[in-house]
Formats: sequence, C-alpha cells, structure tokens
Amino acid sequence: MHWGVIVFPGSCDEQDVYDCLKQGLKQQVELLWHKDKLKGPLDCVVLPGGFSYGDYLRAGCVARFSPIMEGVVEFARSGGLVLGICNGFQILCEAGLLPGVLTRNASLQFVCRQVTLRVEENDTPFTRAAKKGQLLKLPVKHGEGRYYADPETLEALRQNRQILLRYVDSKGKVSPLANPNGSLDDIAGVCNPTRNVFGLMPHPEDAADRLLGSEDGLKIFTSVIAACDRREKGAWLD
Amino acid sequence: MARLTPKPLSQPPVTPEVIAGHGLTEEEYRKIVKLLEREPNYTELGIFSVMWSEHCSYKSSKKYLKLFPTKGSAVIEGPGENAGVVDIGAGQAVIFKMESHNHPSFIEPYQGAATGVGGILRDVFTMGARPIANLNSLRFGSFDHPRTRYLLGGVVAGIGGYGNCVGVPTVGGELFFDESYNANILVNAFTLGIAKTKRIFRGRAKGIGNSLMYVGAKTGRDGIHGATMASEAFSEKSVERRPTVQVGDPFMEKLLLEACLELVEKDYLVGMQDMGAAGLTSSTAEMAARGGTGVELDLSRVPLRESGMTAYEILLSESQERMLLVAKKGKEEEVKNIFARWDLDAVVVGKVAKGHMFRVLFDGSEVACIPVAALTTEAPVYNRPAERPQWHDEVQKLNLATVKESSDLEGDLKRLLASPNIASKEWVYRQYDHFVRSNTVVAPGADAAVIRIKKTPKGIALAVDGNGRYCYLDPYVGGILAVAEAARNLACVGARPIGLSDCLNFGSPEKPEVMWQFSRVVQGMRDACVALEVPVVSGNVSFYNETDGVAIYPTPTVAMVGLLAKVERHVTPWFKSPGDVVVLLGRSREELGGSEYLKVIHGLVKGIPPWIDLKLERAVQQCCVKAIERGLLCSAHDVSDGGLAVALVESCVGGPERPLGAMIELHEMMRADALLFGESQSRIVVSVKQKNVGRLKEMADHDGVPMQVIGEVGGSRLVIQPLIQLPVEELKEIWSGSLAKRLQ
Repeated sequence: MHWGVIVFPGSCDEQDVYDCLKQGLKQQVELLWHKDKLKGPLDCVVLPGGFSYGDYLRAGCVARFSPIMEGVVEFARSGGLVLGICNGFQILCEAGLLPGVLTRNASLQFVCRQVTLRVEENDTPFTRAAKKGQLLKLPVKHGEGRYYADPETLEALRQNRQILLRYVDSKGKVSPLANPNGSLDDIAGVCNPTRNVFGLMPHPEDAADRLLGSEDGLKIFTSVIAACDRREKGAWLD
Repeated sequence: MARLTPKPLSQPPVTPEVIAGHGLTEEEYRKIVKLLEREPNYTELGIFSVMWSEHCSYKSSKKYLKLFPTKGSAVIEGPGENAGVVDIGAGQAVIFKMESHNHPSFIEPYQGAATGVGGILRDVFTMGARPIANLNSLRFGSFDHPRTRYLLGGVVAGIGGYGNCVGVPTVGGELFFDESYNANILVNAFTLGIAKTKRIFRGRAKGIGNSLMYVGAKTGRDGIHGATMASEAFSEKSVERRPTVQVGDPFMEKLLLEACLELVEKDYLVGMQDMGAAGLTSSTAEMAARGGTGVELDLSRVPLRESGMTAYEILLSESQERMLLVAKKGKEEEVKNIFARWDLDAVVVGKVAKGHMFRVLFDGSEVACIPVAALTTEAPVYNRPAERPQWHDEVQKLNLATVKESSDLEGDLKRLLASPNIASKEWVYRQYDHFVRSNTVVAPGADAAVIRIKKTPKGIALAVDGNGRYCYLDPYVGGILAVAEAARNLACVGARPIGLSDCLNFGSPEKPEVMWQFSRVVQGMRDACVALEVPVVSGNVSFYNETDGVAIYPTPTVAMVGLLAKVERHVTPWFKSPGDVVVLLGRSREELGGSEYLKVIHGLVKGIPPWIDLKLERAVQQCCVKAIERGLLCSAHDVSDGGLAVALVESCVGGPERPLGAMIELHEMMRADALLFGESQSRIVVSVKQKNVGRLKEMADHDGVPMQVIGEVGGSRLVIQPLIQLPVEELKEIWSGSLAKRLQ
C-alpha cells in the first residue's frame, strides 16, 4: 500500500513516521510537501506532529489553509484513510474533518510522558489489529491536547462509537491522574462518522521499537495495513 | 521602508563619557587608536566594545583555557569553531557545544532561556549538523526565595517552548538550588548534532569575491549590546536592561534549520556562521579572521524590521534567528531558491574581499573600516591578578566532632529525599519533549541520557554535571569532581567518554579571588580530563555573575558525551528483579564536607569536598563499562548528592515500573551519618544476577577496584541494617512528589 506523510512548515515528527513505516514496516511511503497538490496513488495520508506555522495563533489553525489540504479533504470525502497525530489531529479538527477541538492542557503546561490507552472500538481501519479493551503504552507530548466537544457532539460521538482511544491507568481504569491534559471524557483519539479519518494526541511512531520502551504504536499502523489488504480483496471497512 | 527614512546626519562624537559608557577602559581605547592609527568613529567604537567585551574576546580567561587538553584521535574540530566535532566512526561525527544565557534569563526568564536554546542550536546546525539532543544545566536561588518559582517556571517553559517547537528532544539536564544564586541564576544550554564527516562546514569566509548572504529573520533594535551586558556585573538597576533581552521565534528557527540543512547537501556553500552575540559584527569579523580574508558589508541591503535604524544599531543588533553564509560565486540564485521554498529571504549583503579589512558601507558611504585582526586576534588579553582569599581557610574548617549525629536517621533520609536538589526533577523534564526524532533510549531521570544512532548499532550517552558548592570549598578539587562525575554518569549507562563541552560560570574577573577560583577550577578540570582521557572540544566562559558585589559560587558545568558500541547493551540505574545481588564498586570514607546532608540537616556549607584519586576513579568507571558491555549488570547508579542511602533509594524507586525494595548491610566502621549520606567519590551501586557475582569480582580484582556485596533486591521495604527500615512506596512518594508539591 502507499502512504503519504505531509510536511508542513514546522512539522517535527514527519521523519519519525516515515522511518517507522519505511524501515520498521517496509511500506511504500513518501513525504508530501504542503505547497503541492495531493497526488496519488495513496491509500493513507498521515498528518504528523509538530508545530505547524509555530502554532502561534491556535494549534493547527493556519496549516488547514495549506494548499495540500484541499486535496486531503477531498481524499477523505471519497473514503481515503487519513491519520492525524498530535498536531495532525489538531489540523484535522480545524479543517472540520473531525469533530471537536483541542485546547490548552488543563495544567497550562506542555506535557511529555508515557500514557496508557484503552482501545475502545476495533471496527475501524486504524484499530482493527487491536483487541477491544486492549491497553497500549504510548508517549504524549503536547501543550494543546485537551479534547473538548459540546454536549450534543459528545453524545453523537458516543452513539456512533467514534471514541477510539481513552487515557486510562495501568489497570485499564479511567482516572484524573491517568488523563495527562484534562481531556473531556478522557478522550485520546476520535474518528469521523464514516470511520476513515482518525486523530489521536499520543504518538504511535515514537512507540514502534522495543529499544525505545514500547512497540505498541505499531498496532495503529498494522491496522491500517490490514484494512487496506482487505480492501484490495474487496471488503472495505469489513 | 528603511530607505525612505532620512539618513542620520552624522555620528555622535566620541567623548571620554561615551568610551566609558561602552565599557572600554582608557588603556583599551589607547590600544584601539594605536591599531587604527587614528581615532575611531562612534560606529567603530561600538564595534570594538562588543568584540572586545569579555563575552566575545575571552580576554580574562584565554590564558587559562589553553591548559585544557583539546586533542584526541577522534577530535575533528576543537575549541575555536562554532562547536566541537568528534568522529564516531563510519563517516559520522557528533557536533556539540554548551553555552550560558545567565544574565538574560534573570531579567526575562522565558525569553532569556528560549533564546539561549535558539543560539546553541544555531551554533550546531551552522556546521551542517542535524541537532538531535538538547541538555540544560540550571542553578536557581534558594527554593524559598520569592523570585525562585517565577524564574524556574519561566526558564523551564522557555527552554521547552523553544526546543519542543524546533523538534529537538531535551533528553537530560541538572537543576540545583542554593542561596548563592538568589540574584544571579545560571542557564546553560547544550546541543548535540550529527553530521557526515564529509559535510561539515566551518565559519570561514574564503574565496575572494564570494558573496556574503544574510538569511533568516529581519534585523530590529532588540538585543543591542547584549554581549556587553553579559560582561558586566548586575546591580538593582539591571531590570532596566530588559530591552537588551531578545525575543525568540522558534518557528523561524525551525525553517532556518531545515533550509540550512537542505543547503548543506548541495554544493553551493563555503561557510556558515550564526549571528549570535554581537550579531552581524562578530559573525562577519570571525568568519574573516578564520578565513584569513577581508570582508565588505553593505548595510543598506540588510533586511530591517523597523525604520530609521543607524549603522551602529544594525551592526550591533542581536535579533535572533539570523545566519550569515558565504556562497560560492554564481550560486546565489540557487541558495535563494532553497530559502524561498521555506518562505525565507536570502539576501546578498556583502562579499569576501582581498586584504584584511572589515569594511562597512551604509547608503554609499563608509561607516567603518577596521583591520579584522584588531577585532579578533589583537583583542586585549589579560593576565589578571589571582589570589586566594583569606576567608577561604575559615570555610574549609569543619570539625565533625561539633556536628551532632542525629538520632533520627530515617527522618534525615526523608528530608534529604524531599530536598529540591535531590528529589525527582520530573516536574521539569515532563515539560520538555524527550521523544521527538524517535531515538531516545534512556529518557531524563537516569544518570545519563542515551540516544541511538539510527541505522547503526551505536548509541550516544550524554550527562551534565557541576557542583558549585564543592568548587566554593575547594575550586581545584571541585573542578576535578565536575569532570569525574560527568564521566562516571556516562559509565553508569555503559558509555565511554569521547569529549566534553563546558560553561565556566564565575563572578567578576576583576577580583583577584574570583580569578584565583577560576584558575584553580580550570587546573582541576584539566587534570581530570588528562587522567580520564577526555578532550575539551568546545565551551564558553561566563564572568560577572554577581549582584551588588557578591559573586555566585564558582560553577563550572561539564557536559560530557560518550559512545556505546552496542546501544542495546545499555543499563539504567533502577533495580530490575527480586533476588538480584546489590554490589558497591568503590570505597566509602568518613567525609561529609560540602555534602547536601550537611546543608539540609545542619545548615552548613563547610569543610573540604570529598577526596578523589583519579586512578581509582578511572578504574571504577572502566570496570563498570566493561561489566555492562559483557552484559553482567542489571543496573548501575552513581553515588552522588545525598550519598549511598539516597543512591539506594533512587535505585529502588526511580524507575518507570513499580518500586522494588532491598535488604542492605553495611559494615564500615564510621559515623552512621557519614556512612549513609557522605558523598565519597568513585562509587557506583550496581545490581547483578547471583550467578554473575563471581565474574564481576574477578573483573574488579583485576582492575584493582574495591568491591563488596552489600545486599539483595526484594521486598517492599528498603532496609539498611541496622539504621533504616522504610517502605519503598513511602520513599517513592517523597522523592517523586516533593518538587511538584512545593511548586503547586
């Protein structure tokens, strides 16, 4: 399958995603420049972490106007897989491809630490390789990762089972100490109603090697690979 | 914009008051006249004042810095360039340097610290290296001082705000509080980058006719005379200096970094230099000096942020995120195209010229013309008087008989663990991204950080150390201990040192006692570097760290870099499994001078710092590294502040997993407090599988390293027979929570 990783001015994690896919998972992957048009063939587009345009105004709010984003929106509308990590998640929310917003952490400080995540749904192309309720150890590193949505949106997210990851403690229970940023309902990652766009604050690409402490992040990428495999065999999204 | 404003009619006259206001002595002014063979104009005077400032010229320290060993088989570039370069094999090199940003950080903590990080990053990528790790070394005043929390919060947020945004992980550091730094904090920032040995660029202006190109942010009036500020002592009026602190723009830096690294891969470049202290002036003069050429600058072409700037202001501005590069003639358009891709301007502002003059034009007329050597090699060098102060005898006197041994050693241990100098620094480092670039094998919190070198089996270890209290009590020994501990920290993760960078933070060099401290610290560091075979490849000196006449403790900070041949063999400080045997390498002595225990429990900063034998130190380190390389050790942790008891607690509770207890028995005959909390050097607590104890003993005997089995990992308590019996959960809570709790 073909992966594209977008480079915005201020992206920091594009190389980490690239290396993880290329060296680790032997995928075909290409870095895409934000000023270019989105060109295929592509199965999954990744918006990586970082500080696009310095995040000076509000995280992600300038990058959504980058020329490539028009193609990303179209790609998503036509059913293409879009994965936003950290700043990428923020950009997807700003672009209206995902519901909700990401605001300043409750602590008002940048937070960098390992967190434990619980996989809430596995009937998506991004989580299908994991078991429901499985715990994943991934790092977070962000200043604006506090997920918020209005009550109706939150209710819809729950109804449609769009909340894919929650922050939990090592025993798998939600708790204020396990939630690194004060996110509403301990939300760490959500997908869109059609389940082909997914954003998460933790960094799967930084948990892709046992030497660095965890390889749980690979689950996200291998899920996508498995989903695309199935699609090629004619069964899109199960 | 700038072109529409009227040209300043004339330069202000150079009067004795103006000369003194520029921090130049009468003697220095006479030297300027002699070198120029005429009186300088106002702009030239400004240029001399920054280039001859202590910060840029090292005029008081040069004589001593020559003592450092700077060569080594792997050293590609030692001090004198933007950063030091050390070969790590297979065509790769690491490039690193540490620099101080003390004065700006005290005046405006967030921006001062942020621009400190920005400056050191540029020093490294200017040589063609991709920055892959940051460290920092911080000193603040007493924890209870009213300004400390404000300064600490600002500095940490500034370091994080800049480094995180640029995408360079901050993987380690150190933090120390003491009254000595109440009115003069220390912020030392370190960056390490990696480059191909064939693509390393020096800050050299070569090739007559090649273009000088200005890239990055526009020039404003910020930071004018920053270098001069860094070369003065503080007084209460220092807050008025706020306009000399620059404001950082990490996004601009990130663009600059990516564009410069793209440029490095092409064949358009002759040299690069960051515009740091003394801005455009020092970057051009230094490049010309290293290249052995002249330069010609046309200030009318410099991109300006505000209108009406004079030549003087443009030359001395310290606006951040600017670089100067020498492009090959005819390749200017290609260079511009690369920068345009990143939405950056690249402008030709001058050229490499024949001869040896630093010549500046503005709106068609010459505003400065100075021999390059007059600004660089001919700058004054001082042999300032150095004398041991009389009060020194008094502070070294410590009669242990008058220090009452506590009846509550468990209480003492808890108080030490809660001391902000010993407690976990997680509150600080969780504000730094330490994962970006996906290389971080050992994150902050261990003796040393470890990062892998992608696509190789190798790893790089980094540690930063320095104890101002030891140096105050004995600057010579303190200098030795700073180097020895940094190297020992590397040994604890399994790395062999390959080079170091340092920041030497001292009071006013115009005081004989400060110069004495400086000379002794340098001598001590030198002796340790020679004994441990670690070259000094870069660094900086920060004098005038004093306020209203009171100097800080003499504080060298040593950032050392080590290499692991096989990174997967690295070891962390934390006990791994019940049943493992706890072993002490090295020997405990009855000494408490300069210890954290004496300060926290008895309120004393007295005595002489711990004794050290560099031969033994080296043997202990080598034994530890060899044992790690052979896969014998499960954990290794250096014994330092707080002594053996604190080291054992950290081994029990410091790890990311559940804490583990240990049953320890100590048999030395000495005061119990010295046994538990004394800071004897050359000691490492290791844990090892029972079946490997014999092999470790053979190795220790072979290397002449004292080794004793002191206990076993297991249980839910740390027991040090017969003195301490405490649940590890309680110890963990005190150690890991104290700093955050006190900062809330």
